Amino acid sequence: MDLIYLFIFYIKKQRIEIKKLRQGDNLILGFSIGGGIDQDPGQNPFSEDKTDKGIYVTRITPGGPAHDAGLRMGDKIMQVNGWDMTMVTHDQARKRLTKKKEDVVRLLVTRKSLENAVKQSMGSSPRP
Amino acid sequence: MDNESQYSGYSYKSSHSRSSRKHRDRRDRHRSKSRDSSSRGDKSVTIQTPGEPLLDAESTRGDERDDNWGETTTVVTGTSEHSISNEDLTRLTKDLEESTPLECKRFVGPALGGCLSFFALVTPLAFLILPQVLWRDALEPCGTPCEGLYVSLAFKLLVLLISSWALFLRPPRATLPRFFVFRCLLMVLVFLFVASYWLFYGVRVLEPRERDYRGIVEYAASLVDALLFIQYLALVLLEVRHLQPAFCLKVVRSTDGASKFYNVGHLSIQRAAVWVLDRYYSDFSVFNPALLNLPKSILSKKMTGFKVYSLDENTTNNSTGQSRAMIAAAARRRDNSHNEFYYEEAEMDRRIRKRKARLVVAVEEAFTHIKRLHEDEVASSPKHPREVMDPREAAQAIFAPMARAMQKYLRTTRQQAFHSMESILTHLQFCITHNMTPKAFLERYLTPGPTMQYQQQNGRGRQWTLVSEEPVTTALRQGLVFSLRRLDFSLVVTVTPLPFLRLGEEFIDPKSHKFVMRLQSETSV
Repeated sequence: MDLIYLFIFYIKKQRIEIKKLRQGDNLILGFSIGGGIDQDPGQNPFSEDKTDKGIYVTRITPGGPAHDAGLRMGDKIMQVNGWDMTMVTHDQARKRLTKKKEDVVRLLVTRKSLENAVKQSMGSSPRP
Repeated sequence: MDNESQYSGYSYKSSHSRSSRKHRDRRDRHRSKSRDSSSRGDKSVTIQTPGEPLLDAESTRGDERDDNWGETTTVVTGTSEHSISNEDLTRLTKDLEESTPLECKRFVGPALGGCLSFFALVTPLAFLILPQVLWRDALEPCGTPCEGLYVSLAFKLLVLLISSWALFLRPPRATLPRFFVFRCLLMVLVFLFVASYWLFYGVRVLEPRERDYRGIVEYAASLVDALLFIQYLALVLLEVRHLQPAFCLKVVRSTDGASKFYNVGHLSIQRAAVWVLDRYYSDFSVFNPALLNLPKSILSKKMTGFKVYSLDENTTNNSTGQSRAMIAAAARRRDNSHNEFYYEEAEMDRRIRKRKARLVVAVEEAFTHIKRLHEDEVASSPKHPREVMDPREAAQAIFAPMARAMQKYLRTTRQQAFHSMESILTHLQFCITHNMTPKAFLERYLTPGPTMQYQQQNGRGRQWTLVSEEPVTTALRQGLVFSLRRLDFSLVVTVTPLPFLRLGEEFIDPKSHKFVMRLQSETSV
């Protein structure tokens, strides 16, 4: 009996809701972003396509609100509260995430996921 | 059993041998023609009548003739019918080059031009001298203006003389098949000009015995001015006009495909042909007929094929059917000759490199045996007398150890026809005299040099035939093709105009070169 290991690489879309944490005078989310249409896409370690100028999550503060909400490093942020983030400059992205009037940000992110499917063989394959 | 005999009725081969024999006959006829006719000059170029197709119709007609004659022969040899040994080749070329006599035709043109220019130069002096001689007493005396005119006349004549010598009194390097149009035009112009001046002089001065000498001197001065202008015209038409490049000529040698591109100006076909031949002798590597054929071992494989038997009674219309069946069968058969060709080439390369290595080592060693004796070296002691040799003896002394390696190398690269032992010795002597290294000595043998290197310096010229579909005095233009034929190869020349260049301008401010680092910022939110 053979065991065939199958690795499946796919994209998962997720909606994540983060509650901002108040730290002194600022409302923080607990992660860092990189990317933007005015940035150099070749330096992005998380993107698969090196011409992708989208906004990516580069660092997550452990224990912060983003981490608790389920955001992970390497996620690409597609929308923030309904605002599109695929074609924005770095600064515009930062501004959309740090609006003082909003307490909660709802993100639509895409994440590359690696799943491990273990499958058994059919069993009756003739083997010499 | 019959299936053992080699195939012989392959119709392509039979007609090929037939037409090759025809080629040989035509070539022999042409050779004898060139020997008889007085067509010897420095690269004298004769023309065939325009309109004659480049490919003789005879050579293709052989295909439709009796194909079955080959059926009766039972063996096909691997050698082609018109192969000749290398000794024959050198003997033939030597015969050709030396037997055609020196012709007088090539001196007619320059002689005519010389007479005309002499006549033109002497005319002003004659204009001045004749009244003095004939009716000296009746002439009005002419003071300072005349003297000024005399001086200017003298200097202008001197300038004419010197520039004619510099530009036109050069030995011609080619005889062209048709008249050189510009030169004829100019000669006719000069002749008409001088003749009309003489006419007016005869009518206005000689007959009424003109007494105004100053007028006569001015008349002569105007003639000299006009001659200077005609010389300016000649300079522009003959020397300057074709300097600016306008066409690109592609010259391809028909036997081995060696090709070169040249830029020329506005020339007629015959002048362009002379121009190309000038460059051919120094740019193209020498034509080696021994290098043309594929090795026999590869070609002979192609000849073993099928023998076709016809089973029905009438054999009249079967020839084309048979040949088509044979060609189809040959195409379907797996052809491995490219394999053999590849391995044969690799083997040949290896052999050449091996022989070359042996040759280089032998020559290096040979050169270490002698050294130059300097003037100030002390005379040898009587105990070890050194024999002092001149270059020829030194060359002979060191030639012996390298002779065998040299001969083997030349045989492998099929160059032995070009280098006789005498020529190698002479070259060795030359190299020793000029302190050349073994590598410099070998340069001549390791790469096939331009044709010029192998020319014997005799005053006889080389015979080339210009073959063209248009009259050879037409100017070059796009799409023209002409070829220059020699006995065993030809150069095909194609004309294309040089492209018109549109040059634009873009100004870059030196202060505008600025650079920034690429952005990769990371912000925490």
